[in-house]
Amino acid sequence: MIMKKRVVGVVLLLALCMGICTTGCSGAQEKKGSLTVFNYGEYLDPAVLDMFFEETGIEVKYEEALTPEEMYTKYKAGAIEYDLLCSTDYMLEKLIKEGELQEIDIDSMENAENIGDKYWEFSEAFDPDNQYTVPYFWGTVGILYDKTKVNDPVDSWGVLFDGSYSGEIIMQNSMRDTLSVALKALGFSLNTNDENEIRQAYELLEKQKADVQAYLVDEARDEVVAGNAALALVYSGEAYLGKEYNPDLEYVVPKEGSQVWLDSWGVTKNCKNLEMAMQFLDFLCREDIAQMNFEYIYYSTPNDAVIEALSEEERADETLVPTENATENCEVCVQQEPEVVELENELWKELKAE
Amino acid sequence: MNKLKSINKRSWLSSPYIVWIIGFTVIPMIVIFRYALTNPDGGFTFSQITAILDPVHLRALVFSLEIAVGSTLVCILLSYPLVLAMRRLNLGKQGFALFILILPMWMNFILRVLAWQMILSKNGILNFVLKGLGLEPLAIANTGTAIMIGMVYDYLPYMVLPIFNAVAEIDEDIIEAAKDLGAGGLTIFRKIILPLSIPGLLSGIVMVFVPSMTSFVVSDILGGGKLQLVGNIIEQEFTKNMNWNLGSGLSVSLMIFVLISMAFTMKHDVEGKGSAIW
Repeated sequence: MIMKKRVVGVVLLLALCMGICTTGCSGAQEKKGSLTVFNYGEYLDPAVLDMFFEETGIEVKYEEALTPEEMYTKYKAGAIEYDLLCSTDYMLEKLIKEGELQEIDIDSMENAENIGDKYWEFSEAFDPDNQYTVPYFWGTVGILYDKTKVNDPVDSWGVLFDGSYSGEIIMQNSMRDTLSVALKALGFSLNTNDENEIRQAYELLEKQKADVQAYLVDEARDEVVAGNAALALVYSGEAYLGKEYNPDLEYVVPKEGSQVWLDSWGVTKNCKNLEMAMQFLDFLCREDIAQMNFEYIYYSTPNDAVIEALSEEERADETLVPTENATENCEVCVQQEPEVVELENELWKELKAE
Repeated sequence: MNKLKSINKRSWLSSPYIVWIIGFTVIPMIVIFRYALTNPDGGFTFSQITAILDPVHLRALVFSLEIAVGSTLVCILLSYPLVLAMRRLNLGKQGFALFILILPMWMNFILRVLAWQMILSKNGILNFVLKGLGLEPLAIANTGTAIMIGMVYDYLPYMVLPIFNAVAEIDEDIIEAAKDLGAGGLTIFRKIILPLSIPGLLSGIVMVFVPSMTSFVVSDILGGGKLQLVGNIIEQEFTKNMNWNLGSGLSVSLMIFVLISMAFTMKHDVEGKGSAIW
């Protein structure tokens, strides 16, 4: 009997020690609450989350998705209640219109002024009064090309459509990105709702298909790096990495203009603790944190404080800091009319079936 | 009474399987059929199912058929010589040959398809070797041929194994007897091995034809996004266009199509004893 008591005592003591350890060993901070954050894969330095916990005691439950569409589907499925999410311009617009995001007071954020005016203006394309979203990363869509294979300097979308680089072209395997290029090449807005303009752009793509080596997403850059293709339609962030891997590559935003994309954070309507969510957003805008994320991702940052701290060489790199000139004719993608989206989906299938 | 008890006991044992089937086959099927028979507003319609007759969808279906039939035929042509060679080996070597055949299946299927992409791409391994031999490089990447190579590579074991099972069971005495009566190699194959291996061949056909008919990953990776099978359209409807009704409708049409081809196979199977592999 005594023996048994002793065993129980030891077990209790052990349990007590472990209890102390699990609460005490994780550092000086006590857990004050938690946030469920939804973001794209590899789109935030994991060390940032640890730092956030150390400083505020708020634990971040981190969830990832690969594409805006996947994010939307997962969000709508409702299996997990997300407090914050980071998504892309047109998807944020959709979420705002559906009432899925709640209004936030951006002026209450200490570090919001680190984000340059230009980016708040970009945001207005989908968040007209800057009430819902905080810019996170941005960039352009342009042509990544191999200087050893493309002789003339590239400055126009025409190079993708005039047939001179047949079999050497890689387009994006996404209806919106590829169609935007054709619309811009014809001098139309990439947000057009005019069926006639869209059909003209489709005809251009149909003619181009014979010259296209492949429609890819993430591999588009790799194929140019590996020398399998001469030109590819890519996002500026991808182009930066491509140039790191292969110094013969160059990136250009054609003069007709292109797409400017913007990924921003918003707070969902399900978020119970708005104060904590705002703390997180403010934290992301802080210079040192934005710097860490920038060095982790190497997309263009809207954080002016980080840009100012860049080296001369980095600031001159158009893949990191797009120039005013390059973005002059560019547009942010916004949601088109439902009938137009349906038409584009149909045309995209038709293009693939050719 | 005793008998009844033992039956009860047995059906109790199958309950995990029943739960599994209900949770992961029956309920999802009901959901898919519900989507397939409604339009996005919730009204009843057959148009999602008949959408397969749309020229764009029909073209993808025909292309899927071509790829699936082609892959199946190539698999059959590759399997028989291999099986006949394996039949002659002694038991230990046979085991080793089977092991070699199955070995690649231990690796993730998508990784293997990606490897093919590296081999077939313009500056890939194949063209590197061809150039080294002073031959013209081939432009296989992003064509139907590339998709078929990927399918054949992935599904070949599913053809070889059932055929091998059937052929290995053929009594050696029958073949000896045929030889004694003056039959040549071709006659033996035509009159003995082929007819007796039909059950294996049929289950092989189903196991190669069905997945290659419905696949979308292989065509996505090796077709460079330029070619689309029905599977690609269905995937796109679900993930990009958010049109689950059309996606489900096309899935149901495809399912009907596959069931018809399976029924066709089964009808011929009743004569043989049927292979238990699927």
